[in-house]
Amino acid sequence: MKDSAQVVALIPRLRRYALALVGDRAAADDLVQDTLERALNKFHLWRRGSDLRAWLFTVMHNVYVNQVRSRREFLALEGEALELPVRAAHDAPLEARDVARALARLPAEQREVLLLVVLEDLSYEEAALALGVPIGTIMSRLSRAREKLRALMEGLPSSGRLHIIK
Amino acid sequence: MNQPPVSEADLQAYVDRRLEGARLADVEAYLAANPSEAARIGSYRSQGERLREIYAPVLDEIVPDRLTRSVAVRRSPWVAMAAALAWVSIGAISGWQLHVLYQGQGRGATVAQAPLARHAAVAHATYSPEVRHPVEVGADQEAHLVAWLSKRLGAKVRAPNLETVGYSLVGGRLLPGESGPVAQFMYQCKAGTRVTLYLRTKVPNNEETAFRYSDEKGVRVFYWIDRTFGYAVSSADIGKDVLFKVANSAYAQLNP
Repeated sequence: MKDSAQVVALIPRLRRYALALVGDRAAADDLVQDTLERALNKFHLWRRGSDLRAWLFTVMHNVYVNQVRSRREFLALEGEALELPVRAAHDAPLEARDVARALARLPAEQREVLLLVVLEDLSYEEAALALGVPIGTIMSRLSRAREKLRALMEGLPSSGRLHIIK
Repeated sequence: MNQPPVSEADLQAYVDRRLEGARLADVEAYLAANPSEAARIGSYRSQGERLREIYAPVLDEIVPDRLTRSVAVRRSPWVAMAAALAWVSIGAISGWQLHVLYQGQGRGATVAQAPLARHAAVAHATYSPEVRHPVEVGADQEAHLVAWLSKRLGAKVRAPNLETVGYSLVGGRLLPGESGPVAQFMYQCKAGTRVTLYLRTKVPNNEETAFRYSDEKGVRVFYWIDRTFGYAVSSADIGKDVLFKVANSAYAQLNP
């Protein structure tokens, strides 16, 4: 099937996005695998001629949301672990790991928008379709994500209060 | 005075280089007049560059087999189930044939070991594609895992360390065998391919064997039997040569 070759060609991009989104390699590949399986089962829903990549991100978003929902308590615990000190402001550029950790501290819905637009270069319209929200919401999430990530990466207090739970 | 208002959305679009014409000129003029805003927008751009730079290498990584496979081989649950049933019936028929062979000719010690490879291959095919529950007990509780399996199999079980050949222990599980419980350890390499070590306690009439190889319908299996256990190392993803190295490493540790 020619379509499946197209899907295979997009796997590296799905993996990149998934890794940035969930932060853990094994979990990222699990997310990609679930996405591919679901996409193949729902392949009839893809409008031939429309952008396959954007559609796969839509599928991944749905899978991800379901995972987050079913693991909410678990994520709450993870959230605590992530409150461990992010490296204090050094002059050196932040290590990849620190950036990943800062990303992980963004609310998931902001992280998704930021990564779809910045990493995957989706148009705002495509991102809105993929996430099922209006463009206005995309723009405001994008703005908040960038500001919060900037604060986290520069070691500044961000507007959203984070507290350490002992 | 008559400068058109620049919205936050315009600024975001400017960061993403998605503005053109008059709007672009408006935003540039606004930023020229507002250094602190220009600094903020500039930092967003470098933030984006940093993100792209950090995650770019993922695009060049080798895609794990399990991902390509999930697209290439469109297996519906029905197909998978039919395959599993086929396995079971093949096992039953061959078992029966071997029984006849064994009784009729009083030989067959070499053929009689084939079920070990086959059972190991079925167990491998069943659990290695499992995403969420590949094992019952994870490698983080290795001591517990080994003690538990040893207790259930009634003999001291060991999980060989296969790190030198690139495979880390994922964990293990207990399975029903022909004549009692059997165990499966699962290992995974960095690229995500999995290898399983299947082990069962000694079956009467089975003699020790050296290393043997069997291709069980696409699952490659190296197996051997010693005084206490029958062992089988299986994989559907890696070639015979690589699997041989892995199996050999296990063999060297389990039969020093």
